[in-house]
Amino acid sequence: MTIGLSHYLTVAAVLFTIGIFGIFLNRKNVIVILMSIELMLLAVNINLVAFSAFHGDLVGQVFTLIVLTVAAAEAAIGLAIVVVYFRNRGTIDVAEIDLLKG
Amino acid sequence: MMLSALFFYLFAIMCVGAGFMVIAAKNPVHAVLFLILAFFNAAGLFVLLGAEFLAMILVVVYVGAVLVLFLFVVMMLDVDFAELRAGFLKYLPVGVVVGILLLVELVFVVSTWITAPALFTDAPMPPAAEVSNTKALGEILYTRYVYLFEAAGLILLVAMVGAIVLTLHHKRDVRRQSIAAQVGRTREMAVEVVEVESGRGLK
Repeated sequence: MTIGLSHYLTVAAVLFTIGIFGIFLNRKNVIVILMSIELMLLAVNINLVAFSAFHGDLVGQVFTLIVLTVAAAEAAIGLAIVVVYFRNRGTIDVAEIDLLKG
Repeated sequence: MMLSALFFYLFAIMCVGAGFMVIAAKNPVHAVLFLILAFFNAAGLFVLLGAEFLAMILVVVYVGAVLVLFLFVVMMLDVDFAELRAGFLKYLPVGVVVGILLLVELVFVVSTWITAPALFTDAPMPPAAEVSNTKALGEILYTRYVYLFEAAGLILLVAMVGAIVLTLHHKRDVRRQSIAAQVGRTREMAVEVVEVESGRGLK
C-alpha cells in the first residue's frame, strides 16, 4: 500500500468540502466562517504541496508560500473588521451586516 | 514504506476529523483549538511529502500567529454564541447536499487524474540527499521569484497598515501630551508680572 498523489488530493478534497459545509452550517457566526475559509486554504495548500512533491517541481511550494502570506493577511484584516464591527454594533451576526442595504 | 503509509493515514484522519470538529464544535474556543490540531496534522502531511520548510512555517506562522490571533479575538468579543448557532439545523440539509455534491465531483476529478508523460517542470527539485528542502526553496525564491517574494512582503505590509488603521481609535476624554506645544512655550506665554495695589487684589 503505497501512498500516491490521489491519496493526498482526496484528503485535500475532503477538507475543502468541510470548509464549504462549515460556511453553509454556521451562516451567522463570522468567526467560524473565517475559520472555514482557513480550512479551505489549507486544503489548497495540501494540493499544491502534493503536486509539487510528486512532480518534483519546487514552484508549487513557492506558490504555497504566497498562499500562506495572503491567507495570513486575509485573517488579520478579517479579524480587524470583525472587532470594529462588534465595537459598533455589539453583534457579529452576518445577517445584521446590512448597513449598505445591499 | 509501511510506516510512512501508517503515518499518512494517522495525519489524514486526524486532520479531517479536527477539520470537521472546527465547524461542529459548540464553543468557538474549542473550534479554534481544533483548527490548531488540523494545522498541526497538515504540517505532518507536509513533512511526509518532503516539504519540511513549509511544515515548520505552518506551525510557527500559522499556529503561532494567525490562530492565536483568532483565539484572542474569540475570547475578547463578548458574544452570545448560542444565539449565533440558532438556525444551525435549518441549514443542515442544503449544506449536506452541496457538500456531498462537491465532494463527489472532486473525488471524480481526483480519481481520473492522469499526468502528461512529458511533463514540463519549471524548477526541478534537487535530490533531498544533496540539498535540503529549505535551501532548495531559498535558492529559487530569492533568485527567480524575488519579485513574487517582495510582493508577498508588500501584501503583509498593507495588511498590517490596514489592520492598525481599522482597529486603532483614540479615546476622546484622555488628555495627551503635546510635545510641540510644550517645547514651543516662551517666557511671555507662561509668566506675567503684575503690579498689585495693596488691599485690592487681582481680578
